[in-house]
Amino acid sequence: MSEAGALMEVRDLERFYVLGDELVRALRGVTFTIDRGEYVAIIGPSGSGKSTMMYQLGCLDTPSGGTYRLAGYDVGSLDGDELAALRNRFIGFVFQSFNLLARTTAVDNVALPLRYAGVGMRERRARAREALERVGLAHRWDHTPDRLSGGERQRVAVARAIVTKPSLLLCDEPTGNLDQRVGQEIVKLFEELNDTLGVTLVIVTHDPALARRARRNLKLVDGELVHDGPPQEGH
Amino acid sequence: MIEHLVSALSALSANKLRAALTMLGVVIGVLAVTLLVSVGDGARAYLSNTLSGIGSNLLSVVPGRTETRGLGPPATGLSRPLTMEDVHALTRQGTLLRGVSALVQGGGTVRYRNRQRDTIVIGVSPSFSDLRNMHVDVGEFVREEDVASRRRVVVLGRRVVLELFGDESPLGQSIRIAGGRFRVVGVMEPKGRSLGFDLDDLVFVPATAAMDLFALDHITQIVTASRSKEEAPAAMVEIDDILARRRNGEHSFTIQSQEDLLKTFGAITSAMTAVLLAIASISLVVGGIGIMNIMLVSVRERTREIGVRLAVGATQADVLWQFLLESVVISTLGGAVGLGTGALIIYAVHAYAPEVPVVLSPWIAAVAFGSSFVTGVVSGVVPARRAARLDPVEALRYE
Repeated sequence: MSEAGALMEVRDLERFYVLGDELVRALRGVTFTIDRGEYVAIIGPSGSGKSTMMYQLGCLDTPSGGTYRLAGYDVGSLDGDELAALRNRFIGFVFQSFNLLARTTAVDNVALPLRYAGVGMRERRARAREALERVGLAHRWDHTPDRLSGGERQRVAVARAIVTKPSLLLCDEPTGNLDQRVGQEIVKLFEELNDTLGVTLVIVTHDPALARRARRNLKLVDGELVHDGPPQEGH
Repeated sequence: MIEHLVSALSALSANKLRAALTMLGVVIGVLAVTLLVSVGDGARAYLSNTLSGIGSNLLSVVPGRTETRGLGPPATGLSRPLTMEDVHALTRQGTLLRGVSALVQGGGTVRYRNRQRDTIVIGVSPSFSDLRNMHVDVGEFVREEDVASRRRVVVLGRRVVLELFGDESPLGQSIRIAGGRFRVVGVMEPKGRSLGFDLDDLVFVPATAAMDLFALDHITQIVTASRSKEEAPAAMVEIDDILARRRNGEHSFTIQSQEDLLKTFGAITSAMTAVLLAIASISLVVGGIGIMNIMLVSVRERTREIGVRLAVGATQADVLWQFLLESVVISTLGGAVGLGTGALIIYAVHAYAPEVPVVLSPWIAAVAFGSSFVTGVVSGVVPARRAARLDPVEALRYE
């Protein structure tokens, strides 16, 4: 574990892609630190490197240069299975398009990460129902995604993200597929989880209203960090 | 592992029609393997039972040489026919033989009053009955004195009795065979059909009487047997010595053993089974290709699902096992259904057509089940590896 406070340390982070015969520099030496319990929005226009950053922070991808340490682990030095274990243990993902398994009940969707954590079937179900209760969907536990509304689906996805009691809740445009009122409710749910559980909340978004609610904004433009601080007016 | 099995089953139940259609290829493949091999095995069992049923450790001597030159007819000009004296010599001098019988075969019309039947007339010695496992039911078989004094007596097969006498008792009655008069002294036990011959549709007379009847000075063949299977080669050498000595060292005859015949038939039926198995395997291969095809489509369709699983902590091995087991479950279930259907068909054949020789031996069941399992593994490996090697980012972005 790293020193108290810092959950994520990003130093001179670079990510290159080769696209055809062109070298794309998606991230160009980004440095920042996020402490435990913070509420951060990563913002920027499309093509700014937000998504690339989200995959880096989510340990779904590894840096081309620089370092990223999550909970003290140097992500760049880990192999595929170690990255999988790291994701399972420290990170809960919430995606724009929910990404629930079709034809699978809410409780089994929520229980999925516990399965890869090696938790037994019975305990999985119990903990999954607990998580569903937290997001206010205990009564829908046996519904498959096609019988749930958009907001309900995203709540199931949030329950899946928190069922392993992760340190980091990493959300990629979590309100992008929801209407405004439902989106608000989901954001409130995130903030409540941030307050009560102390889970670090990182939201990747291009929605200024959503970004303004966060206590800190990281703004990327062309793969470079151009702003790190409280939300700015007028973007 | 059980976890993976459960999720494989639930993935299949999520798309039942597709799973069923995919399975169908393996069902048909395994069904074909099961049925064709059963037919092959059945034929083998039938032949070996039939050949064993005509007696054990049988040896027969026929005139002419056929052994050294495999092709073409024997050089009949050089061959000397077999005679009753050869039979006597073997009977007297053979120490390893369990009875020696002459065999003179011909056809003839048998008549009793106004009824008649064309049948096979076989001239024999008394020991023929024990050698060939054909016994009299009532009366007695051809005796030594009958042969010695060329007596015109006859033992009738069941079918002949039925045709000529109906319910009447034939014992002591006089019948005509090709113009000659014969007295009925016995009736054979019913034997049924064997290899296409009706063993009840024949009559036995003393070998000498048959020679008279057909105006022959030689016999068709000599039937004998060794005391045990192990002594058969020695017995063949002994026969060869005795007969060659009587011919000034000339080996103008051929000794055949039942064992050789069984081996030949065994080799033929084994080859047949192997060919059938090979043909049936083709359909299993086709079934396997079907599974691989569907699994590849499934991996593509579920790319996002794989991305999500990887994101929440699945390792490559988790994903690999998930898809591999899905393939194995489809294939093995298909194998079980095919095997079950095959067993039902074989059972039905036994119940409704007992004369058709089909056998469901445990090894077929094991081979059918095992091959469907292997088919599942082989056709699952490529799709499962493709799934496991997906990049999490690419998989999550996949539309």
